[in-house]
Amino acid sequence: MKIHEYQGKEILRNFGVAVPEGEMATTLEQAYTAADQLFSSGHKVVVVKAQIHAGGRGKGGGVKLVKTLEEAAAASKAILGMQLVTHQTGPHGQRVRRLLIEAGSEIDRELYLGLVVDRASGQVVFMASPAGGMEIEDVAHETPEKIYKEYVDPRTGFQPFQARKLAFKLGLEPSQIGEAVKCMMGMYRAFIDSDCTLMEINPFISTKDHKLLALDCKMNFDDNAMFRHKLLRELRDISEEDPLEVEASKYALNYIKLEGSIACMVNGAGLAMATMDIIKYAGGAPANFLDVGGGASQEQIENAFGILLSDSNVKAIFINIFGGILRVDVLAQGVVNAAKNLKVSLPIVLRLEGTNVEEGRKILAESGLNFQVGATMKEAADLVVAAAKSALRRDD
Amino acid sequence: MSVLVGKGTRLIVQGITGREGSFHARGCADYGTKVVGGVTPGKGGMTFEGWPVFNTVEEAVRETGANATVIFVPPPAAADGILEAAASGIPLIVCITEGIPVLDMVRVWEVVKNSSSRLIGPNCPGVISPGKAKIGIMPGLIHKEGSVGIISRSGTLTYEAVYQLSERGIGQSTAIGIGGDPIVGTTHVDALKLLNEDPDTEAIVMIGEIGGTNEEAAAAYIREHVKKPVVGFIAGQTAPPGRRMGHAGAIISGGEGTAQSKMEAMRAAGIHVAVSPAEIGATMQRVMGK
Repeated sequence: MKIHEYQGKEILRNFGVAVPEGEMATTLEQAYTAADQLFSSGHKVVVVKAQIHAGGRGKGGGVKLVKTLEEAAAASKAILGMQLVTHQTGPHGQRVRRLLIEAGSEIDRELYLGLVVDRASGQVVFMASPAGGMEIEDVAHETPEKIYKEYVDPRTGFQPFQARKLAFKLGLEPSQIGEAVKCMMGMYRAFIDSDCTLMEINPFISTKDHKLLALDCKMNFDDNAMFRHKLLRELRDISEEDPLEVEASKYALNYIKLEGSIACMVNGAGLAMATMDIIKYAGGAPANFLDVGGGASQEQIENAFGILLSDSNVKAIFINIFGGILRVDVLAQGVVNAAKNLKVSLPIVLRLEGTNVEEGRKILAESGLNFQVGATMKEAADLVVAAAKSALRRDD
Repeated sequence: MSVLVGKGTRLIVQGITGREGSFHARGCADYGTKVVGGVTPGKGGMTFEGWPVFNTVEEAVRETGANATVIFVPPPAAADGILEAAASGIPLIVCITEGIPVLDMVRVWEVVKNSSSRLIGPNCPGVISPGKAKIGIMPGLIHKEGSVGIISRSGTLTYEAVYQLSERGIGQSTAIGIGGDPIVGTTHVDALKLLNEDPDTEAIVMIGEIGGTNEEAAAAYIREHVKKPVVGFIAGQTAPPGRRMGHAGAIISGGEGTAQSKMEAMRAAGIHVAVSPAEIGATMQRVMGK
């Protein structure tokens, strides 16, 4: 789960990390009031920031610095409601529904602070870099020596001496070390308390009058841990997510929408990825990733069908099931029911193996519906790609 | 001989009275695994389908002489289940549970790596030595006794590889499902070491997927230490970056963990890479000259 920058900053503030003064606005009136307050309290510069779940907002025109109330109103009007395109949104962009109206800062240095679960060591790692304001992946690639790391011993948690080490390596002034340690300790506590998988402050700035501030904030949460975070769950903004993915999550289906024309229904994440791969090798493009899980019921299969069919790009459906826990006859009955109930007219290609496969094939054969069955994964992939291509030709 | 599981395995099932636990306890026993009991807190003293049930793992191990446990405890309590198993000193822990919070696993791993237990998983199908025994949820029928060892992060994709091998008359020594989470108790490298030292394993299939750098580490290990032929496959060649493809661990982030980099590392280590998932069996057949 992801959240907005303004929500992340609120969490950081609660853990003692210094963030700029600011307010979220969903209307132009709210934006105006928020900007007015900031100017009235003496701030010379205000920043109007688009709030969407994607990075690169500045380059896409979603962040503007303003010096007067009129400029603030104009910037808010330009950004709120715009279709913001960044390198993370895809070509269609994301509609801006919220703004963050924030006090501007006089930046002296831009730094980077981040926390992530390191898979190789099985530990949380705290990262700091003097090369803030850039994509940290680029820094890691070009100048890896500019990223300092402290691994966190799970028995003790992140310690002040580790924060001090990082703060001195960043070249902060002696007078800033105490505040830097406070911010880093706060970040770590927020990371652990909220079950994050990633937290980044980029940039973490030092101002011309030596104040330290978190100017941006990115937090990703562990979906598997959200059962114990009622308050965080309420921060979810489903308008930022794909509607079909939201629908799928209601049925506990693991679905990711892609750009192609061949819908896939597979059991197991690894086989689902491999199925996408083989479609590509057969010359087609997958419309989605869908893992129906190990123990899908007939009802689950019907729900999954409904979601696949709601994607108007879909021209053919590929069902690849290796029955282990999920019995093939159960799956076959679910497919037949769904195809009848939903009046599916698209070509369906199946490839079935595993527990009760003979019974499953019999159910399909006796259904009177037009299913194609591939004997192997490759044969089925070839069949479905051919079916999708001929459907596309018919459409042209 | 086989690795991890065999005729000498004495298995207990944590969560034996639950839906999954009871179903798969029966499945393991039917396959020939010696299941000696189970654990469900609060149900100690009862008998479940002929097996004694205990309140704690410690008690179950003491009373039954179990040397392996399989965990079917739901995600919120699974980390606790692994820690309880490790505290009992049981040599092998297989955790099937999917969806354990990763920060729970950070704490668990700190304990398990310093314990005498080996952990397989979590979020894995388990381990099987065909014809001998299985600890897990895989369909036993598709397997065939033989000499190819299999290592994989994914369940159904392992079944797919096994099926392709069995169909060609190529049997398996041991198939190890290491699990699809970011932090697992036994990595590709750990599993490779076991199969490399196993005299009954003549060749190895290593199935990886996008995310992390585990497969790259495994390729480096193979280059240095493994003389047995290895066939490799990486799932997720067409997966978009930044999206979690079902498994918590299957995500390309920060330009790391792409299928491309993994396949390159594997080729450079002399691994026979099957580009298509349909080619895993045929590639092994060619490599083994059968």
